[in-house]
Amino acid sequence: MLIDVESFTPGLSLTGGLVIGAAAAMLVFFNGRIAGISGILGGLLGTPQKDAGWRVAFLAGLVGAPVLAGLLGNPIAPDIQAGWSEIIAAGFLVGIGTRYASGCTSGHGVCGISRGSVRSLVATATFMASGFLAVFVHRHLLGG
Amino acid sequence: MGLLSALLSGLLFGVGLMVSGMANPAKVLGFLDIAGGWDPSLVFVMVGAIAVASIAFLFAKRRKTSLLGLPMQIPSTTDVTLRLVLGSAVFGVGWGLAGFCPGPALVALGAGFPKAWGFVVAMLAGMAVFELLERAKLSRKQA
Repeated sequence: MLIDVESFTPGLSLTGGLVIGAAAAMLVFFNGRIAGISGILGGLLGTPQKDAGWRVAFLAGLVGAPVLAGLLGNPIAPDIQAGWSEIIAAGFLVGIGTRYASGCTSGHGVCGISRGSVRSLVATATFMASGFLAVFVHRHLLGG
Repeated sequence: MGLLSALLSGLLFGVGLMVSGMANPAKVLGFLDIAGGWDPSLVFVMVGAIAVASIAFLFAKRRKTSLLGLPMQIPSTTDVTLRLVLGSAVFGVGWGLAGFCPGPALVALGAGFPKAWGFVVAMLAGMAVFELLERAKLSRKQA
C-alpha cells in the first residue's frame, strides 16, 4: 500500500472532523436528534409528515454552508470525476441503500459508532468494504 | 428555538464537511482506493468526529429530553439484520462509484454543481422507491 502524501491533509481533516462532531453534539443536545443526513432527508418523504420543521432547517443549514463560504470569498471546488451515467446510478444506489440500512456515513459512521451501537459498526464496516471493492473494480479491473 | 439550533447544526455540519475534504469526491475516492496512492485523511475525519460526538452521546443518553425540552430520540434497535447489511453494501457501491455520500452531495448541491444536483435527484428517487416498497409491504400485511 502506497500513501499519497501530496493529498494527505491530517490537520484539516481532523479539524473538520471535530467540527462535524460538534454539529452532531449540538443537534442531540438541543433537538434530541441524530445527525444522520440520509435519515433527515428520507424522513421528509414518508407519510404522515409531522416533524418536517427541524429537518428542513438542518438541511437548509447544510446546503447554505457552501453558499456562505462562497460569499465570504472561499468557494469550494469539488472535483467530480464521475460521468453523468455513473452519477445517476450512484445517486440511486446511495438513496435506496441508505434507507434500507437506516443510515449512512453520518448516522452510522459518526453518530452510531459514537454511541456504541453494534448495528452501526456493522453497517460502517459493510459500506466501507463495499466502497473499497467498488473503487477497486471500477478503477483497477474495469479501468474506469 | 428548535428550528434555529437545527439550522445552526446543519450549517456547522456543512462547514465541517468542507474543511475536512469530505465535500470533494476526488478526495473521498482517494481514500476508498487502497490499491492506488492511498489518502488516509478520512480516517482523521472519523477520529475527530467520533471523539467529540462520543462525549456528547455519553451525556445525551442519560437524558430524557433535550436542553430545549424536546424528546430525546436516540435509536433503540440493536439487531443486526439482513436489510441493514445489504442496504449498507448497496450504499457503499454507490459511494465508491461517485465519491458522494448524502451530506457531501448536499454541500456540493449548495455550491451549485450540476452533477451534484443530478446525484441528489437520483438519490431522492432511490429514497422514494424505498418508501413505495415499504408502503406496499405494509398494505400487504394489513390486507
